[in-house]
Amino acid sequence: MATRTTRFTVNGKQVQVDVEPRTSLADALRRNLKLTGTHIGCEHGACGTCTIIVDGAAIRSCLMLAAQADGTQITTVEGLPRGRGEALGPLAASFRKHHALQCGFCTAGILTTAHALLSEEPDADADRIREVLSGNLCRCTGYVSIIDAVLDARPAYQTQKAAE
Amino acid sequence: MTIVPNTLIGQGLERTEDLRFLTGTGTFVDDYEPAGTLHAAVLRSSVAHGRIIELNKDAALKIPGVHAVLAASDIGTDIPTIPLRLAPLSGFEKYLQPVIAHGKVRYVGEPVAIVLADSRALAEDALEVLDLTIQPLEAVPDWTAAERDAAILFEQNGTNVATRYKANIGDVDAQFRAADYTRKEKFRTHRHTALPMETRGVVAEWDAAAGHLKVSGATKVNFFNRRALAKMLDLPESAIDLLELDVGGGFGVRGEFYPEDFLIPFAARKVGRPVKWIEDRREHLLAINHSREIDCELEIACRRDGTMMALRGKIHGDMGAYIRTNGGVVPAKAAQFLHGPYRLPAIEVEVAAYMTTKTPVGTYRAPGRFEANFFRERLMDMAARDLGVDPVTFRRKNLITEAELPYSIGQLVPYETETQYDSGDYVGAFERCLAEFGYEEKEALAGKHMEGRYHGVAAVPFVESGGAGPRENARMTLGPDGMVTIGMGSSALGQGLETVFAQIAGDALSLPFERFRILHGSTTLVEEGFGTYHSRAVVMGGSAILETAKKLRQAIREAAAIQFGCGAETVTVADGRATASDGRSLSFGAVAAEADSVIMVEATFSNAKRTYSYGAHAAHVAVDDRTGHVEVLDYLAVEDVGRAINPAIVHGQALGALVQGLGGVFLDHLIYDEDAQLLNASLADYLVPTATDFPNVRGVTLELRPSPSNPLGAKGAGEGGIVAVAATIANAIANALSSLGVEPKVLPLTPPVLWRLIQEARQG
Repeated sequence: MATRTTRFTVNGKQVQVDVEPRTSLADALRRNLKLTGTHIGCEHGACGTCTIIVDGAAIRSCLMLAAQADGTQITTVEGLPRGRGEALGPLAASFRKHHALQCGFCTAGILTTAHALLSEEPDADADRIREVLSGNLCRCTGYVSIIDAVLDARPAYQTQKAAE
Repeated sequence: MTIVPNTLIGQGLERTEDLRFLTGTGTFVDDYEPAGTLHAAVLRSSVAHGRIIELNKDAALKIPGVHAVLAASDIGTDIPTIPLRLAPLSGFEKYLQPVIAHGKVRYVGEPVAIVLADSRALAEDALEVLDLTIQPLEAVPDWTAAERDAAILFEQNGTNVATRYKANIGDVDAQFRAADYTRKEKFRTHRHTALPMETRGVVAEWDAAAGHLKVSGATKVNFFNRRALAKMLDLPESAIDLLELDVGGGFGVRGEFYPEDFLIPFAARKVGRPVKWIEDRREHLLAINHSREIDCELEIACRRDGTMMALRGKIHGDMGAYIRTNGGVVPAKAAQFLHGPYRLPAIEVEVAAYMTTKTPVGTYRAPGRFEANFFRERLMDMAARDLGVDPVTFRRKNLITEAELPYSIGQLVPYETETQYDSGDYVGAFERCLAEFGYEEKEALAGKHMEGRYHGVAAVPFVESGGAGPRENARMTLGPDGMVTIGMGSSALGQGLETVFAQIAGDALSLPFERFRILHGSTTLVEEGFGTYHSRAVVMGGSAILETAKKLRQAIREAAAIQFGCGAETVTVADGRATASDGRSLSFGAVAAEADSVIMVEATFSNAKRTYSYGAHAAHVAVDDRTGHVEVLDYLAVEDVGRAINPAIVHGQALGALVQGLGGVFLDHLIYDEDAQLLNASLADYLVPTATDFPNVRGVTLELRPSPSNPLGAKGAGEGGIVAVAATIANAIANALSSLGVEPKVLPLTPPVLWRLIQEARQG
């Protein structure tokens, strides 16, 4: 099948991929760009595992074609902000502290969703966080520790927002 | 047994593995792709029961980039069957699953052929044009249809009843004759599955020159699976490596030997190129083990004061189309765990396993336990109500006391020996649950109708087995950098074993946590491993680490003695250093660096006794009688795990199990129609809990009574959170609706189901 060239920015880096029109953005990230931190859980937009951030919005990369990403700014789990020399950014560190993951498969999608949320709403309360994360399935944790982790990560985002 | 001292054990340390998961640098099976890989897609039967007439491959093979289509005839005349791993009930050997359908198909989703192509998309294109003709036969959609034997899945066997047995302890008939009160009811738990977030996957690489096969994506029971695969491929076990990468959840279903675990390696050898198969979600729901579908008839005998005298019943297990690796675990454990944590003079249970034209059944977290607790505790609540005994008092009266432990529950399972509950304070844990939950306060709301909803409470004790034998192995290698690499026979499927095992090893060797590198699961790591199931990884694998640590200390002592030129018995080993009696001292790393050979030891922990963790659950629910919707206002799970190596990990698993259980009560449901077609094979239709469904869940981990059968004192953890969920929720709903006389007996308890029960009760 014929391919076409699509250009976008991933984690601050300009990239181009040659993909078939039917190639999903998730597959282009994973297979063409080897960004395997984004996982695929259902391929029909139900589980939220493959969530990435496109132009500031959390979207499901299995429901977007790679060709549609032309000219966009994309952030995947590999590109979530962390300080120089830090192993983990504030959100990820909070997840580790609260044991907000077990098998780690859904984690990338939950981190990107929560990052998009807190970037816009750094004061989100537990109900709001639960509501936003209700599109991300996790089978290990029962969600309690995830909500605690996101709540506990808010100060870093509040500081950032105040600085803007 | 002596208990090892703890500095690391007992701490809720942050997990080692989280660093890679949180940065997107884990390696799950689909993240691994060797050069030159072909991608496989599986053609599955769309018919529940039928004869394969023809498979025409021509159109598929014409697609550029499609390399091969393999069906039964390409595998040979003798199609291997998947062996039983557990619970080999008599007769099951006649119902094993062939690795690919030949002659007949027996469930929707059964593999009929595989396509190999340059990409997954091309392989799926080929599936679209594979021309498969199946002559349909009558479907067998449930156990009652199976029992009628109208259509028979295996004609040569002459019946759909794969096994039937009776087991008992005590004189049930005498107890029933002497009873003041008896009641008999029918219950049902429904078909659902574990649904790990990562689907299955296999990458197989055949090295023709070396005659060696490498299979990645394996997990759970890799040594058993290697043995099975070696036999099927007619290779020595030593010619096969099964490699465990990161695994996105297991919960019982992932890692058993499935047809694809043969088909993909077979294909790789056949075409001489690496072959990768990643299950998609629809396939997953059709192909991975289903569980929980049990019908139960249960009768209770009591004294007037609520003292239980006997239970007798029948367990009807819908096994699906084939008996897979888990054999009869689900129905047999549903029968055995009817006993529960209660003093029961007599039990009699008849178990039958039926073949139906649905996806085969296997174990899902707390197999049989979730079901048995629901059956028994529902019936106990009905009995308590009939006798006018408070349900909590009823349970207090019948709970086994600590003075009665160990307590034999006889041999209720034909393939096992007699077993006994080991240690515990069942009454204490129950009381702790009631107190922590605030049961007395909440009970004041029981049955009250407030703001459009009925409130109800329930509390249910449970007991749960874990720690299956026979043994487990660990291997330690001391590096010149002072790092200890530990190879484990246990598998990691997301439970944090790299962390927990380093905690155990750190205490055993008095070394810091950071000095260990934990490798797990792969067949390359130890001589023999038994894997991870039945909550056994810490109990057996953790104890194997203690045994191995003893050997490593001795090996270090001996190597240092050579370097010091003294007797090994004069060398002391402590705090990462070996010290001679004259004060000369070497770090562990230096001892390894200067040793003549690599310092490597392997040891085994053997134990046939099971651990029995125990505890209690309590729930407060509000039921909207206009819609049948239930809100869980509070849920508490209390469990004594003997010893929690990492309490934060244990707590997380308890809550995760609990919420999975709530899904099993309210949401998860594999719905089949009368033609045995699965109607909801997508995550848009198959519902599991989301972040908004059950926010009010709590857990308390106790370490009251260590296990007497292993040196860690650990009991199985990770399954107790789910064991009593159906029982507790259903009893709380019955309690809420007691004024209407609603008695839920069938799961799931969806809004329409409950709404109908409420309507029926009102119409009398």
